[in-house]
Parts: sequence; C-alpha cells; structure tokens
Amino acid sequence: MKAGSFEWHPARSADEAVALLAEYAPQDGRVIAGGQSLVPSMALRLAFPSHLIDINGVEEFSRVRVEGGELVIGACVRHAAFHAPVEPGPLGRLLTQVVHNIAHYPIRQRGTFCGSLANADPASEWCLVAATLGARMVARSVRGERVIEASEWFQGIMTTALEEDELLAEVRLPLLPAGSRAGFYEFSRRAGDYALAMALVAWRDDGGTMRDVRIGTGSVEVQPRRIAVAEALLEGRAASPEAIAAAAAAVSADVDPLEDIHTSADYRRDLVGTAVRRAHAQAGD
Amino acid sequence: MASKMAITLDVNGTEHEIRVEPRKTLSDALRGDCGLTGTNVGCEHGVCGACTVLMDGAPVRSCLMFAVQAQGRKLRTVEGLAASPGNGGKLHALQQAFIDNHALQCGFCTSGFLMLAAGTLEQQPDIDDASLREVLSSNLCRCTGYQNILRAVRQVRDAGKGGAR
Ligand SMILES: Cc1cc2nc3c(=O)[nH]c(=O)nc-3n(C[C@H](O)[C@H](O)[C@H](O)COP(=O)(O)OP(=O)(O)OC[C@H]3O[C@@H](n4cnc5c(N)ncnc54)[C@H](O)[C@@H]3O)c2cc1C
Ligand code: FES
Ligand code: FES
Repeated sequence: MKAGSFEWHPARSADEAVALLAEYAPQDGRVIAGGQSLVPSMALRLAFPSHLIDINGVEEFSRVRVEGGELVIGACVRHAAFHAPVEPGPLGRLLTQVVHNIAHYPIRQRGTFCGSLANADPASEWCLVAATLGARMVARSVRGERVIEASEWFQGIMTTALEEDELLAEVRLPLLPAGSRAGFYEFSRRAGDYALAMALVAWRDDGGTMRDVRIGTGSVEVQPRRIAVAEALLEGRAASPEAIAAAAAAVSADVDPLEDIHTSADYRRDLVGTAVRRAHAQAGD
Repeated sequence: MASKMAITLDVNGTEHEIRVEPRKTLSDALRGDCGLTGTNVGCEHGVCGACTVLMDGAPVRSCLMFAVQAQGRKLRTVEGLAASPGNGGKLHALQQAFIDNHALQCGFCTSGFLMLAAGTLEQQPDIDDASLREVLSSNLCRCTGYQNILRAVRQVRDAGKGGAR
C-alpha cells in the first residue's frame, strides 16, 4: 500500500507546468492535481508514474470566473469551491446540488473539478455535468492551446482526447439561461460511494412548455452521454408525469449498461430510468 | 529510487525538519519522521478517514497527500488538540465530549473523527444537523455505530465551543 518511487516537480506557473509536462510526459510523467484519484491508485500500485508535475502551487489555476456567458473553471479549483453557488444563476445552484454527491467532505477539500474531467471515471458527477451541458475543455501544451468539445472529450472508460503532453487548463461550462430548471439524482449504496446510476435533466421553461431539453446519464455506460431519443420526447411538451415517465423509459431502453460485481446490466437499466424521473422531480427554479 | 528531499513541516506550531522521499505520504511522515503517532492509518487509500488532519484549517486525508506537498502549510494533528501537559493538559471540548458520550471504543478512528469535527466546527460553528451528518459520514468507525459520535459533536456545537478547550 505504498506508492512507487517518483520525482516531484512543483510548478509555479501554467507556463512552467506545460514545459515540465512536455519534458517528462515521454518519461512516464503526469500531472497531479488534487491527488484524490491518483494517490490511491499509486498506493494500490495501479499507477506507477516516474515523474509528477504538481500544479497545486499555480495561482492562476485556482480561479473560477464568469466570462462571455460561460463559467470558467481553472485546473486547480477544488470540489469544495462549489459547496456554495459560484454564480447566482441556475448553473451555480445546480453545481452546489451536485457537489454534495462527490466523495466526502475532506476529499472535496483537495479533489478538483478539472481532475475529475481528466480522470474521466464513468461514475464522475462532474463528467456527467460536462457531457450534458456541453462543456468545452481547454487543453494547453508547449505547442499551444486547443478547445475540445464534450462530444469529443470522452473516449471510453477513463480515456479522454487529451494528448500526453497536454494539460487541462480550464473547463468552460455554458451558463444556463434565466428560466432554466435543472435537477440531478444519483443512487449509491452508501453516502460518498461512487453512484450505481445517475441522471441530470435540464430545460428552459417557456410558459409551461419544455424547451432545450437535455437529459444525460452517468455511471451507466462507459462514459456519460446525452440521450437524444428521450430529449426529443420532452421537447416542446408540458412536463406531465406521463411525459416524464415516457422519457425515463426511453432512456432505459436506449442505454447499454455496464455490468460489475455491484450491479447487473438489467438492474442498472431499471435504476437509470428512476434516476431520470427523480432528477426531473428535483429540478429547482 | 528518487533521492530524499529536505523539507520542513509545521505541525501544531512546531517546525519539523525531516528528509523524505517524494513518495512518502503525509501520514507516514507525521508518524514515522515527526514521531506524531496520534494520526492513525487504516486503509491507506482514502476510504476510512482515520488519517484525517487539518491543513490550513481544512480537514484532509493525510494518506492522500505526499509530505513534500505540505511544506509551507499549517498542519494540525490530534496531538495539538489538548493543552500541553506543562500547561495543565486540559482536553479539547471535543475530546471531553467523546469521553462523556461514549463516542469511542477501540479508539482507532477517534483521532480522525476529532480532527474532522474540529475543522468542521471551526469553519462552520452553526452547521445544521443534516450537514453535520453528511460531514461525519466521511469517516468509518467499526465500533460505535456512529450515533454517539454524532451526539458528542452536536453537544460541542450547541455549547458553541467548537474551537475551544
Ligand atoms: C474514497 C473516495 C471516494 C470518491 N468518490 C467519488 C465520487 O463519488 N465521485 C467522483 O466523481 N469522484 C470521487 N472520488 C474521486 C475524486 O473526486 C477525485 O478528486 C477526482 O476523481 C480527481 O480529481 P483530482 O484533482 O483529485 O485528480 P488527481 O487524482 O490529481 O488526478 C487524476 C488523474 O487526472 C490527471 N489530471 C488531473 N488534473 C489534470 C489536468 N489539469 N490536466 C491533465 N491531467 C490531469 C492526473 O494525471 C491523473 O491521471 C473519490 C475519491 C475517493 C478517495
Ligand atoms: S488511512 Fe487515510 S483514509 Fe484510510
Ligand atoms: S472506536 Fe473503534 S473504530 Fe471507531
């Protein structure tokens, strides 16, 4: 249960971090952010990095700000930053609702939003948020900067479009317009455990009619995903219990669930439908 | 093997100059190099919370950090809760409440729970019952069934003594 040997490279600036990454990534080096996924996997000897580029001392990465209709979350913004709304609109309230489901209070003091996106665990709440709301990931390296859409970012279990010399510098989440409603629900066996299934439902309320409907699922398939067939059933409709039930059934029918020691595929398929209904019921104003 | 690095850890207001490999966790450095064995290590991968310490006032899992990362930060461990023996040795209000409420049996989880509760009550002295329950669900106790731990921490919160001896 002790991590293997590595060399530690604390970066003081973003430029220094990408320079260190360019130098050490080819020698099995990687970034350490909150360490709340990486350190356990090193302790379990599932990961053996030879070099760690530590970005905890990079001041500019700790900022979260609103810019051009997007919430911009820097590489070292901790989960705990979302315990209170980071912006006054519906997105800020949604993120605060979601964050309480991520791990435990002390782990949230260290773990980061961007670290979750880079780790791309199928059961990550932040990955579900990013996939459903259409986040844009800003990757930086010595070669420059590029923006990766959520639809391109996720490439399977714990796999992303990030190249080995690229650092996820920030995640840009579109703000939800006024009048939006959004709800989240997950089922896990114990408080703080990874969820067995989760769902996020968001829409704009247009005088009782649902517009711009987004329904996303996480912890069900290899990566979080929007379920277009279910969204289409609700678009332009009133949010009646029958319509929601039909959308939930469409989600259950559409997914290709993972199977593991905790859950059979059938159970997960059933659970995710329930998660959709409860996420909808949880949606605040 | 990466060579050892000379670092200084500020623990309970005392500076400890130690030499560690980068791979050494903060929990192992506190116990093995600083001689502060009050912080316990259970699972070593973030699940149990026995290793909880305060870093700049926030409760963190010391097994999920490397000691080299804690330089320049203010660390507090269970040894820092009570007054020193030369100073009367008075227990922290949380320690007294754990004794009074039977909030420990074997004691293995206790230092972690105390630091979790101390950090939480200092940050949020008026924390409501539901939030306190959520925070205390972070750590595992195999003995007490948790109710007495909750009772002890609520008692200290209600007395407004979260940060006091
Ligand atoms: C007991 C326990 C329970 C947990 N429960 C949950 C849960 O319910 N839901 C959940 O979502 N998570 C959970 N986690 C994981 C936690 O949320 C982590 O904080 C998160 O997965 C990773 O973020 P981090 O900052 O800690 O990343 P790290 O552990 O530092 O890094 C994780 C990986 O991402 C890479 N990386 C990190 N940041 C960057 C970056 N900016 N650019 C490029 N690569 C980067 C690292 O190289 C590493 O490969 C749990 C953890 C523990 C220990
Ligand atoms: S020893 Fe650190 S959480 Fe279990
Ligand atoms: S008192 Fe024994 S584990 Fe908590």
